[in-house]
Amino acid sequence: MQVDIVAPDREVFSGEADEVYARSQDGDLGILPGHQPVLVALRPDSAVRVKVGGGEQAWTVSGGFLQFRDNRLTVLADGIDGA
Amino acid sequence: MPGAGELRVLRRRIRSVRSTQKITRSFELIAASRIARARRAVEAARPYASLVTRVIRDLSTEVEATSHPLLAPREQTRAVGVLVIASDRGLAGSYNTNVLRRAERLLREEADGGRPVVLFTVGRKAEGYFRYRGYEPARAWAGISDQPTYQSAREVGEALTEAYVAEDVDRVWMVYTDFKSALSQVSATAKVLPVDPVQFEGGTAYPPTFEFEPDPASILSQLIPRYVEQRVYAGLLESAASEHASRQRAMKAATDNAGDIIEDLTREANRARQAAITTEISEIVGGAEALSKR
Repeated sequence: MQVDIVAPDREVFSGEADEVYARSQDGDLGILPGHQPVLVALRPDSAVRVKVGGGEQAWTVSGGFLQFRDNRLTVLADGIDGA
Repeated sequence: MPGAGELRVLRRRIRSVRSTQKITRSFELIAASRIARARRAVEAARPYASLVTRVIRDLSTEVEATSHPLLAPREQTRAVGVLVIASDRGLAGSYNTNVLRRAERLLREEADGGRPVVLFTVGRKAEGYFRYRGYEPARAWAGISDQPTYQSAREVGEALTEAYVAEDVDRVWMVYTDFKSALSQVSATAKVLPVDPVQFEGGTAYPPTFEFEPDPASILSQLIPRYVEQRVYAGLLESAASEHASRQRAMKAATDNAGDIIEDLTREANRARQAAITTEISEIVGGAEALSKR
């Protein structure tokens, strides 16, 4: 699936990925291709992890939204910490 | 001896122009490196801008977007807000003049239309310009125009939104400078509020099984302010890139100019030196002749 993780002042990830994990207001959220389409608010201190092949990248976002639809995952973060 | 005094004055002037040239040259180099950084920031802000627009567009198929207070057009425009973005420092050629003139024209148009203006300024030059002309800014920010951060854009965006929601103003303009290219920067006016719903038309409807958390209306009401801030952020970044490009050009012209002056002065100094030598020789020759005639 196509994954884009962006904050207003930067894009930290854009490309194909296998799995994405984040924390919504309700709890942990794991999204694999074929997941039910959602648009959810993220917790203000949510870790966002992206798995590609064997590797993993992670950031902390300070709130925002995660949308998954049409095999495309978008994280609109209010701010992003980390590399 | 004539010529020697003149020569000393010329040499002193050459030294002074040369040290000015060193200063303008370093300003030019600093500005050049800042253009590159400012342009990277403009590029880095684009993905969020287009993605947040797309999500709002899709949400508009679910919720009537114009139901949001920042999108709903007002029946009448009683007062307007104007955000003017200029720089903190001068020596940037016509950068400030262009954007401030445009803003002043807009203020006059609105005032002529019977709409009082609430002024917001970014940059000391904007604040000073309007204060001098008798306008009192409602808010004035300094120290953010050189290298705008999203945090400062957020602060400005919130102030504009607040004024709009409180119905102090019914429309908000942003006067900034659009960075077209390294050679061309053009002052521009954009409407920030109310948000034009046209750009949220044509979204893709969600499938019936789609899960929202919280409900679509709440999500929309959180994203619209982000959209406004992101517009302000883009305006600040475009303006910053323009400021640096304009300063670089102005400082390059000043450096080149100093080079020309040094060249002219050096030629003049050489002529003065030659004249001094000639005078000296003719005095000696004259003196020798006078002696031999005895």
